[in-house]
Amino acid sequence: MSTSPDLTALDVNALTALLSAGEVSAVEVTRAHLDRIAADDATLGAYLHVDGNAALAAAAAVDEARAGGAALGPLAGVPVALKDVVVTEGVPTTSGSKILEGWRPPYDATVAERLKSAGTVLLGKTNMDEFAMGSSTENSAYRVTRNPWDPDRIPGGSSGGSSAAVAGHLAPWAIGTDTGGSIRQPAAVTGLVGHKPTYGSVSRYGLIAFSSSLDQAGPMARTVLDAAVLHEAIGGYDRRDSTSIDVPLPRLADAARAGATGDLAGLRIGVVTELGGEGHSDGYEPGVLARFGEALEVLAGLGAEIVPVSCPTFDLALAAYYLIAPSEASSNLARFDGVRFGLRVGDDGSHDLDEVMALTREQGFGPEVKRRIILGTYALSSGYYEAYYGQAQKVRTLISREFAAAFDRTDGAGVDVLVSPTTPTVAFPIGSRVDDPIAMYAADLCTLPASLAGVPAISVPCGLSEGLPVGLQVMAPGLADDRCYRVAAALEAAQDAARGHRLLDELPARTTA
Amino acid sequence: MSSLSRTDVEHLARLARLAVTDEELDLFAGQLDVVLTAVARVGEAPVADVPPTSHVVPLTNVFRPDEVTPSLPRDAVLAGAPAAEDDRFRVPRILQEEA
Repeated sequence: MSTSPDLTALDVNALTALLSAGEVSAVEVTRAHLDRIAADDATLGAYLHVDGNAALAAAAAVDEARAGGAALGPLAGVPVALKDVVVTEGVPTTSGSKILEGWRPPYDATVAERLKSAGTVLLGKTNMDEFAMGSSTENSAYRVTRNPWDPDRIPGGSSGGSSAAVAGHLAPWAIGTDTGGSIRQPAAVTGLVGHKPTYGSVSRYGLIAFSSSLDQAGPMARTVLDAAVLHEAIGGYDRRDSTSIDVPLPRLADAARAGATGDLAGLRIGVVTELGGEGHSDGYEPGVLARFGEALEVLAGLGAEIVPVSCPTFDLALAAYYLIAPSEASSNLARFDGVRFGLRVGDDGSHDLDEVMALTREQGFGPEVKRRIILGTYALSSGYYEAYYGQAQKVRTLISREFAAAFDRTDGAGVDVLVSPTTPTVAFPIGSRVDDPIAMYAADLCTLPASLAGVPAISVPCGLSEGLPVGLQVMAPGLADDRCYRVAAALEAAQDAARGHRLLDELPARTTA
Repeated sequence: MSSLSRTDVEHLARLARLAVTDEELDLFAGQLDVVLTAVARVGEAPVADVPPTSHVVPLTNVFRPDEVTPSLPRDAVLAGAPAAEDDRFRVPRILQEEA
């Protein structure tokens, strides 16, 4: 007997093997995911837009090309989900906001274009906190997204639709974006791998801007290898992004494969004292610290040398981030003026342009977006600029210097990577932090330093606490994303072997509504 | 460090073209004051002689070839506009005098 495998439970590495061997068709794979979406997304709330016919047509085109003997790339026929911040030609794109309801972009983001030309099949656009501002996806203007591990808990954010879709078997992998942790934190709390690339190494062309000096798109996947493969598919220089770095990506999938062999001899890993290390502040759950400590022992067992590293200014990362990001957002979101796209309110002849803009933005933006626009406007205003935005930029410099000092190995000291828990807590209950912005912001405590410094950082699962996933974060020097994948793959392989299965296999069975 | 009053928030909202409601003003003033107190911690950092970082990529000018390339089709762009007329974006009255 050969029961056909559940195509929605496989990792992409397994899917591509079946597809290229002709054992399954792209249409079968796509249909399996669409069926799952039809069954479960009413509960999970991962997607904002799904076009099954378009997905099946794209899949059929891949199958036809394969049947015709065309030379296809390895990802041809693999479904993918895109966070709704990525613009897609002719496909509704809202960034989770009512102000863009119904908008169909006239062009593709570079990330979308590269995935399309690789032959991947777009399943749909995933839910998110409005304009990527949030850590729980509760700031979406459209719907609540639930954590597949516990439907009463948040899936993380802002890429919470992507995390719920991949963990919940509604997509084999997905694109997220990360401004202060929005790939890593949702990946951590849903048991996925999520990587924020080096700033400038994945094109921002066609990402709806939140905080332009911080935004990066990246992969969310079930395995480290899948994440590396997806990263390679979207990354690399793009002349349409003026901050794109014109150097080749490191070999990421190779690094993941090398890491999975389990040899970390000679590698020095720094545990950030201020982030879950010896000197951390309150707010870390004991279960998270316990899993983190066990993961460090695993890494040590693979030959890595574990040393404490103090980065005192990391304690100020949250304060600096919540000045810099809102400041940039207040400027970026000025484009939503009710003139060129999206919503317009009050254009009835009784209001002038200024009033129409104010009414449009009032109705089109949700509370968190308004709070950040107001805060950013304040931080940039005359008389306060130096004390807030200017000071935050200097703190940013200090944080970059502390990373540089930690990664400086010229004198035999220093470390190759820094590690911390990805989040201080496991997924929190839906509704528990929505009225307390500071508590919500604390979810990004550990992920913010790498964002401010523009260095790459990955979250990889390291076990469960109270039945919910815990993530470990690996941070590396700029452009050394391969180190993140190597260390993460080593941990993943060792823990999977010790456990006898993947962490995601422990996901509680869904009770389909 | 300063604090944010309801009047401050109202003024900032106006600068940012947000027609906030009274209820929002009450809510935001309290919340933003707490947030401002938290972010004011940046003042604790020893930053004498530290230059600001506006972005982390060591790039200055980026040039592209000075070549004519096609723009997006006008119809495709105007299709997303809330109001269009005569191949242009139509906007509400800007000046106060009667048309």
